[in-house]
Amino acid sequence: MLATAIIVFREVLEAALIVGIVLAATQGLARRVSWVSIGIMAGVAGAGLVAWFADAISFALAGVGQEVFNAGIMLFAVLMLGWHNVWMKRHGREMAQQMRAMGQAVKFGSRSMYMLAVVVGLAVLREGSEVVLFLYGIAVAQQDSPGLMLSGGLLGLLSGAMMGLLMYRGLLRISSRHLFTVTTWMITLLAAGMAAQAAGFLTQADLLPPLVQSMWDTSDIVAQNSVLGRVLQTLIGYADHPSGIQVLFYAATLVSIAVLMRLYGSAPSAKVQPLNAIGT
Amino acid sequence: MNVKYWVMVPALLLSLGIAPPLHAENLPAFNLTIKDGRYSPEQVEIPAGQKIKLVIKNDGPGPEEFESSDLNREKIIKEGKTAEVFIGPLKPGTYKFIGEFHPKTAQGQIVAK
Repeated sequence: MLATAIIVFREVLEAALIVGIVLAATQGLARRVSWVSIGIMAGVAGAGLVAWFADAISFALAGVGQEVFNAGIMLFAVLMLGWHNVWMKRHGREMAQQMRAMGQAVKFGSRSMYMLAVVVGLAVLREGSEVVLFLYGIAVAQQDSPGLMLSGGLLGLLSGAMMGLLMYRGLLRISSRHLFTVTTWMITLLAAGMAAQAAGFLTQADLLPPLVQSMWDTSDIVAQNSVLGRVLQTLIGYADHPSGIQVLFYAATLVSIAVLMRLYGSAPSAKVQPLNAIGT
Repeated sequence: MNVKYWVMVPALLLSLGIAPPLHAENLPAFNLTIKDGRYSPEQVEIPAGQKIKLVIKNDGPGPEEFESSDLNREKIIKEGKTAEVFIGPLKPGTYKFIGEFHPKTAQGQIVAK
């Protein structure tokens, strides 16, 4: 029962941390909890589908379908996260002003919210499909009684969700002046970590060269598979011995997002103010 | 702005020379079987410095996830199915792997010589 709980916990943890960060980063956007909830539910439904079709996916593309699918999901999430950061930089000040003026959740920003809901959904889908397959495997092998298995799974799920909640609450303690900068950075690091993971999958599929087998080996300090290692893997993209191409993707993502935020992140200039913005 | 993304990402990918694994047929293959939550053999010897193909068959029961943080690999294999995982070129050494769904019993290592 405990073994089940631990394995489910580790999978749920990654998705839960992402949900926590997204919720903190979208403070003030209207109906964000609904958006995120839809993302989670869509992710759960998708997880079931992915688990069901796991071998069809796996055998697609000359046997590397699973790797390409995983890498594709992660790279798509990277694009969404990067887009969100640029968008928020561009409209953040405008949004904060509106919030202060109206004193209530801001109505616009739904496009950015949609993107983040997709990121949440994809994270839940990826981790969820592993949980579904794992639990199915236990049921088939009849290692645990159904009751023990379910309670183990539930325990893992709740513990993982708790970590997401802690992340969210922890972030909210940061003063609102700094929260925007902090969550922007967290999203950038999240994206960079996902890009590195995607590179790992593409190397596994023999679609990308590793370049260097391992850039460093810090598995004695923090093992990637430990709970701390997994938390760091999600939050900052930590890997205990990443390949050269993983480090390259990581750095390229950091730089790309920073550059794009610089290029496109300034608020629209004064001379194109819409007429109805006077007196905000 | 959106246009730039759709141009940048494929351009980056192409510049890194992404191509389907056309040489997959010519790579040396090494077999690994999972059954009842255990790997067999539990030690696989491969030549160092060479890319190889690990052919993993899952005899069940249930699905398994071949996972190795030493090798940066993870793949889910359903019962009765076989999957390929590309490994290497590796420096000489020992690289551990596990079956994530049966972590206590499904353990093995790749020894590159």
